[in-house]
Amino acid sequence: MSDPIIAFDKVKKAYGHFTVINELNFEVQRGEKVTIIGPSGSGKSTVLRILMTLEGINGGVVYVGGEPLWHERLNGSMVPASERHLRKMRTQLGMVFQQFNLFPHMSVLRNLTEAPRVVLGLSKEKARQRAEELLELVGLVDQAHKFPGQLSGGQQQRVGIARALAMRPKIMLFDEPTSALDPELVGEVLNVIRKLAAEHDLTMVMVTHEMRFAREISDRVCFFDKGRIHEQGTPEQLFSQPKEQRTREFLKAVLNG
Amino acid sequence: MHWSNYLEPLARGAWVTIQFTLYSMFFGAICSFAFGIGKLSKNWILRGISIVYIEVFRGTSLLVQLFWLFFALPIAGDMIGIDLRLPPVTAGVIALSLNLGAYGAEVVRGAIEAVSPSQYEAARALNFSSLQTLWRIALPQAIPEMMPSFSNLAIGALKDTSLVSLITLTDLTFAAEQLRNFYQDSATVYTMVLLMYFGMALVLSMAMRLLELSVTRWRGTVR
Repeated sequence: MSDPIIAFDKVKKAYGHFTVINELNFEVQRGEKVTIIGPSGSGKSTVLRILMTLEGINGGVVYVGGEPLWHERLNGSMVPASERHLRKMRTQLGMVFQQFNLFPHMSVLRNLTEAPRVVLGLSKEKARQRAEELLELVGLVDQAHKFPGQLSGGQQQRVGIARALAMRPKIMLFDEPTSALDPELVGEVLNVIRKLAAEHDLTMVMVTHEMRFAREISDRVCFFDKGRIHEQGTPEQLFSQPKEQRTREFLKAVLNG
Repeated sequence: MHWSNYLEPLARGAWVTIQFTLYSMFFGAICSFAFGIGKLSKNWILRGISIVYIEVFRGTSLLVQLFWLFFALPIAGDMIGIDLRLPPVTAGVIALSLNLGAYGAEVVRGAIEAVSPSQYEAARALNFSSLQTLWRIALPQAIPEMMPSFSNLAIGALKDTSLVSLITLTDLTFAAEQLRNFYQDSATVYTMVLLMYFGMALVLSMAMRLLELSVTRWRGTVR
């Protein structure tokens, strides 16, 4: 296989004395769709937050596209990353949040055009065109001029996905994208993610509790527990023949729950 | 004397009061944003300057600030050989603006801090710089939060302008004093002044309400 697009090398993350992630080794290949499952507090969301540079690390190295994310190479040694380096690295990543985190004071269209215009420097027309294509993709063309507060949760999350895609990231991070939704709205969001999963080039890392969905779209499923990957494998392997006792317990609890 | 004879001199005074209020609101707003944002700066010098400014001007009385700028500053200037005499209008506007700005800065700081951390995370994920985040994400959401407090401060500023009468400026209060001294008609004069301040405050609070509605339009859409 080629070089992984994401690599965690003995990464540590702690809040005070509480260790969230402990010597984590984790790799994702280009174009791979990886799902992370596990009990709450197991550090699964933290993995995404570290990748999106929302949270720093206390040890180890994270590589994105072969380059260290939280470090910079300076005269052959690794130094903590500057904001400039982080901004450069961030262009490769996009994130979808559990609570959508749309900008409430902007219309749907402006939510999609603001960052491409301001950050990427796209022209107004170009950004608008890009936004309209994405609204088409997520099925919200007719909602372009509404404000997030006027949309349902499912619609808001679809805007959230479109907003992240508007920056053309190579890697999309989904942090429990359907956990805040009413059950009847989950399907419309999963349908959009399913469409993205069909795209060959896009790398996806998703934290979710939707086991059936994880099974359907993932190339690989990782079971997280206590800040480490406890077990991983193809969806078939992990869901049908889990090797570890802890994995079996977790799956039994969530599937029968 | 018939009360209507007082109207003209009082109206002239009221006009001065209105001008002082508007000027101090304008410069006060600039100070509020500059120092409110400054207090949140990562740069400790900017933060230090903002904290000192806010504490000094909130912690001393407006009257003393006014007297200090008008009477003490020229003497202090004399001692170091610089002419720091300020025209009373300038001294009045500076004192009112700086005083208002100190209170306003805390309002600005509080409102910016009240913007949800998840908004900053979304901005970060979309790669906005910190200045872009402040300008495009945080402030537009924070300004509606500031408006009720700004309305209070604006009305406070209107009433505080009466203190400029003590540095020889002919505002509404000063005009009232003159009339009262001359005609010995306290009841009529003070009743009229009371009503005029009240009328101005009413107009001001309605104007602030309109401003508030115009910056919170998007909020009406939250269901």
